[in-house]
Amino acid sequence: MDFRQKRKLVEAIAFFIIRSSAVIICLALAIMLGFLFVKGYRAINWTFLTQPPMDAMTRGGIFPAIVGTFYLTLGAILVAFPLGVASAIYLNEYAIEGRMVRTIRLGINNLAGVPSVVFGLFGLGLFVVFLGFGSSILSGSLTLGFLILPVIIGASEEALKAVPQTYREASLALGGTKWQTIYRVVLPAALPGILTGSILGIGRAAGETAPIMFTAAAFYTSKLPSSIFDEVMALPYHIYVLATAGTHIEETRHLQYGTALVLIALVLGVNLVAIIMRTRMRRKQTY
Amino acid sequence: MNRAQKRRIGEYLIEKWFLFLATISIIVLALIVAFLFKEGIPIFKSVSVGDFLFGQLWYPTDEPADFGILPLIVGSLIVTAVSSMIAVPLGVLSAIYISEIARPSVKEILKPVVELLAALPSVVIGFFGMVVMAPFLQKVFDIPTGLNIVNASIMLAMMAVPTISSLTEDALHAVRRELREASLALGATQWETISRVVVPASLSGACTAVILGMSRAIGETMVVLMVAGGAAAIPESIFDSVRPMPASIAAEMGEAPFRSDHYYALFATGIVLFFMTLGFNLIADYISHKYKQVGTATL
Amino acid sequence: MSNKMKMATKNMTFHYGAFKALDDITLEFRENQVTALIGPSGCGKSTFLRSLNRMNDIIPAARVEGQVLLDGEDVYGPNVDVVEIRKRVGMVFQKPNPFPKTIFNDVAYGLRIKGIKNRGELQARVEASLKAAAIWDEVKDRLNESALSLSGGQQQRLCIARALAIEPEVVLMDEPASALDPIATQKIEELIRELKKSYTIIIVTHNMQQAARISNITAFFYMGRLIEVDKTETIFTKPSLKQTEDYITGRFG
Repeated sequence: MDFRQKRKLVEAIAFFIIRSSAVIICLALAIMLGFLFVKGYRAINWTFLTQPPMDAMTRGGIFPAIVGTFYLTLGAILVAFPLGVASAIYLNEYAIEGRMVRTIRLGINNLAGVPSVVFGLFGLGLFVVFLGFGSSILSGSLTLGFLILPVIIGASEEALKAVPQTYREASLALGGTKWQTIYRVVLPAALPGILTGSILGIGRAAGETAPIMFTAAAFYTSKLPSSIFDEVMALPYHIYVLATAGTHIEETRHLQYGTALVLIALVLGVNLVAIIMRTRMRRKQTY
Repeated sequence: MNRAQKRRIGEYLIEKWFLFLATISIIVLALIVAFLFKEGIPIFKSVSVGDFLFGQLWYPTDEPADFGILPLIVGSLIVTAVSSMIAVPLGVLSAIYISEIARPSVKEILKPVVELLAALPSVVIGFFGMVVMAPFLQKVFDIPTGLNIVNASIMLAMMAVPTISSLTEDALHAVRRELREASLALGATQWETISRVVVPASLSGACTAVILGMSRAIGETMVVLMVAGGAAAIPESIFDSVRPMPASIAAEMGEAPFRSDHYYALFATGIVLFFMTLGFNLIADYISHKYKQVGTATL
Repeated sequence: MSNKMKMATKNMTFHYGAFKALDDITLEFRENQVTALIGPSGCGKSTFLRSLNRMNDIIPAARVEGQVLLDGEDVYGPNVDVVEIRKRVGMVFQKPNPFPKTIFNDVAYGLRIKGIKNRGELQARVEASLKAAAIWDEVKDRLNESALSLSGGQQQRLCIARALAIEPEVVLMDEPASALDPIATQKIEELIRELKKSYTIIIVTHNMQQAARISNITAFFYMGRLIEVDKTETIFTKPSLKQTEDYITGRFG
């Protein structure tokens, strides 16, 4: 075998290994989704989606958990969206690179890296205990809101960066003030991108368990919340409870698979919407 | 006061308001530290810092209780290490595939796959580990329980791979095309170009990606809570059960009496966990700034 | 040069950080005249133009010394409102840069941020500006379509209309035709000749024939310095400096 053949062979082997890694990742996703779908889809029917759990959670549905996850996610986005977009506006439109900006960015990066269970402890210490909100939608939403804040900031910054500088120049040259320029030109142009990114934040908030364990999630409640100070059931926590803490773990397996499937459909659905929106936007973008 | 002055004051106030909102991330980070310490420090009235960090016994509900979190720390480190062995090659190689080798049509499928993997809720991955992977491992290796280090590491790797892969891909993407062309024009094969030019040029980005992926693994809660088995002892084999720090906090906080020693000890464990991940993140931040890729200057 | 002086710079020097981009520029601009700024790439002519309406303020490390006068008042004076200056000194950029809005809203933008809300007034002024920019006939039936649907030349005339809508006194043009085809360029040049009846126009151009065709005064910049300024026909027929002649005859740059 001459030198040239050897180089070819090395390349072929290397590419085979690299390709395999991509295949493994695809397989992992497919296997996971496949198992959950095959085992879970029979559990899902109208009763399952619209009824509360019954008979010590061995029968019935997951309606309160769906409602709870909806409220918690809505609350989280109400907290994170304004703060996240505002932070991104400051960083991208006003700030001049320097120590202040560097510190803020470091703060955001590290906030993004805080483990979710530590967020749970933080929410417990600050909202539940110190501020006296108790274990409630309010405490859970605030905790989740701060958890997804870095996601929203990142997405918004990227969207603002994609707005051509010429738009800003044109507005300033017409006698627009900085704020007029941001509010009337930059934000409208960046809005689709900001919304897409925020959808990813919604998906993240809906799927998190550890942050709401001590701050919002109820083991079981059949009634729907009547105020933001009520505890709620939530889909991720419900899966955990059914799978680990029930007295009939084996008998409720199909309910566990069903709940997992609903949660996955929700989260992946949200993500797919964001991915599709983004692809469309990239094609449409004329700048 | 005339209109121009009013406007200027308005603009000034708007800018300062946005500055304030932008600092909220830092404020939240500070509050996290403050409340971890507020609720965690009291444990050190009962246990010394040394005994807490290096004590080998974690029996928080015994009389008298033992609050040594060394088994929890070891548990965290070992699942992180083993999961890295799986996640780093998978993440980096898949990034190379997506960035350098895959055709555009394949790329358009693979990137969403990685993103969807990243989007899977941790509780679902944990659930999968419990009900599918654990019985599988138990049967294949003929071991008493499938809820162990190996299982937790595989599941954690699934969570770290997307982080590592997408960040590494960004780093590879940043390598200028001229550099690749220069190498190919010299008669190098595509693999030689990738392994000797492209990867070295994006090494700092890839390192950052790996560290952030490990940071994600060490802080991940639901997977280790559901899959690692929960034994608070220093393991002797990779088929032993462990109880990493996040699992311990999540499992016990619900049962620990409010402001008991146990409660304080769990917050103190949170402090350790927080600073470990903070350390990882600061290292990643340092590497990415120190070796910031200016064009192609870092080979 | 009998017209009234509208703008002027006196010993103006401009720095980007440590780099001196413009050195001691003294130049006057008179009403109802077109002044062309010519010179090779990087000579500072665009920087100079952008200093006249303080567009360089958005560059953090930029610093201006000397004076830029508008009707005798220093544009960089301590009590001057930069927003007012930019309303009085309009600007048209090298590449057409319409907003991703409708044609109507694009032109109405400057009026709206001045606080004009009355629909009738907005309509009247948008129409007047589009007519002044010689694009009314082409867009009058599609005012609610996106400005981005127009051709490059139309977009540039739209940008001129947008600048004219807020009734500036001076119009700065930064190579306004360099991104356009010859026919669109010709339209812009006709428009500039028309506009000088009402405005003071200062235009940066790469194209020397263009400077010769449309301007009254031509200023030649080189390496951040003003080399020579004179009536356009003088500059192009008998420049007093050899450096100018070399550039104009294409011997360098």
